[in-house]
Amino acid sequence: MTIRDIQALRVLAAELRLHIVRMMGPNKAHHFGGSLSVADMVTALYFAKMRYDPQNPQWPERDRFLMSKGHCVPAQYAALAMLGVIPIEELPTLKVLGTRLQGHPASHLVPGLEGCTGSLGQGLSFSNGMALAGRVKGLDYRVYCVIGDGEMQEGQVWEAAMTASYRCLGNVTALIDRNGLKGMDASCCAKCMDPLDTRWETFGWRAREIDGHDMAQIVEALDWADQSDEVPTVIIANTVKGKGISFIEGQPQYHNGVLTDEQFERAIAELEATLQEVREEQA
Amino acid sequence: MSGDLSEMMQTREAYGQALVEVGRAHDDVVVIDADLYNSTRTVLFRDQFPERFFDIGIAEMDLMSTGAGMASQGLVPYVNSFAMFLTAHCYDQLRIQICYPNLHVILAGSSAGLTQGPDGASHQSLEDVALMRALPNMRVLVPADAIETRAMTLALAHDIDGPAYVRLGRYDTPNVMPADYQYRLGQAFTLRQGKDVTLMACGHMVAVALGAAELLARRQIEATVVNMSTIKPLDDEAVARAMSETPLVVTVEEHSIIGGLGSAVAEVMAEDGCGARLMRMGTRDVFGESGMADELLARHGLTAEAIAERLRREFGR
Repeated sequence: MTIRDIQALRVLAAELRLHIVRMMGPNKAHHFGGSLSVADMVTALYFAKMRYDPQNPQWPERDRFLMSKGHCVPAQYAALAMLGVIPIEELPTLKVLGTRLQGHPASHLVPGLEGCTGSLGQGLSFSNGMALAGRVKGLDYRVYCVIGDGEMQEGQVWEAAMTASYRCLGNVTALIDRNGLKGMDASCCAKCMDPLDTRWETFGWRAREIDGHDMAQIVEALDWADQSDEVPTVIIANTVKGKGISFIEGQPQYHNGVLTDEQFERAIAELEATLQEVREEQA
Repeated sequence: MSGDLSEMMQTREAYGQALVEVGRAHDDVVVIDADLYNSTRTVLFRDQFPERFFDIGIAEMDLMSTGAGMASQGLVPYVNSFAMFLTAHCYDQLRIQICYPNLHVILAGSSAGLTQGPDGASHQSLEDVALMRALPNMRVLVPADAIETRAMTLALAHDIDGPAYVRLGRYDTPNVMPADYQYRLGQAFTLRQGKDVTLMACGHMVAVALGAAELLARRQIEATVVNMSTIKPLDDEAVARAMSETPLVVTVEEHSIIGGLGSAVAEVMAEDGCGARLMRMGTRDVFGESGMADELLARHGLTAEAIAERLRREFGR
């Protein structure tokens, strides 16, 4: 699937956000904030960028996507459902006993998930492993790994960053969902990550900072990432945690929070209004 | 029945040599290491197959997760480090990224146990078997000698699926297994038959147990010696047999008696109604320390002489 029309991608992102919040529902704790902040990037990857055949999620030539910040996998479930890899009706089983849609990715249960994450910091190393496997097997797929900005406090991220540059994994692209908030506090608390672009560059990466909610910028940055043969690329996407729901945006308590029935209705109404708006812009 | 006891080899060396055979037979096998490829003997593979060998550097977490990523795409990674680091430094990565999705990854923990010797507590893995046993999907293998190490290393490439941990030593160990031995997961191997006591051992302690059995025979105490080289899944039937055939079962391991072979056997015996007494020989809830391997074994009562003496007193002969 390759949709290059930016407005069409905006519509898809609005639909994706609705799927995320609907599958989560009211009166139950869910990772609203990070799933919503990463939604535009996930949309761009699945619908505009990745070499991906939803009919054949095990296609050896496919580009690989890994949600290293595994608690935001609902955004990926939504994309997989919109593509038909898993049924849309299955989405509300999220985190319900017996479901395939675990709270954090279980790759052995859900087609379309490449690996298991959930304990932060491990995804980039895993992505490097997928890239090295491609090299051994002579396959030219690309590997995309979404990392949280707070997640970068895990030291393993930097071990992996050094492996990727040392091994010249130009087909690896990391996307940092820089929504500025962790579970408890601002992402810059306890450990400072700035200046982020310089840090990645000194680890041997190409870095570009973008607005992670500007679809044109996301697609352009992903195209730019393609142009590297040997140097891995990081896209630092400035985002808003909880993007799309006014009373959630920037509120740390919705990292893993609960919506009341009334809040849930309001959230859905806001997301539907946005969807309507972007559809009208498209028409 | 046993192999040539005069032939000595470290199991890590036998593993390194077998890995070259594996590389030759299977082009989907890759080997990754964390700056210890000389000690782990994966250098032998590196020299033959440089395009399938990856030194990840001093970064065990990265090592483990990279191996997981490779396995997720259908390669068969043999992941290497010292036993202590491989099992403890990256337990979380192993748990979530390899065991949970049941990926086929072989972990080779080198220089395991007290026989690691001079480096002391930081390097002497006395808890690794316990850690590995607790992980769902994980298999735990402790080869007794070079013959069994080779058989396991070959079998793990494709005959066995899912994650497996192989515990290897850097101590000269005699060959105790028959030269034509074929490894079967979960199958214990009886090396000697006696009516008074069953010694169940793993790793280098199998040779030690055979030595103890020889000494006991001089006192008219007849010992069965069983090589319990698969600690998980444990050969429950072998334990049941031991309970029905001898009044005393003794486990011997260069590992803590908490969580290792002794615990595994105790669990089976307890649920089976304890048809025999159990003695667990190993380290007793302590850390290791610097010293020569044989000195350390002696300090923890893990020599043929010490085991025989303890049992001689037990039998009053």
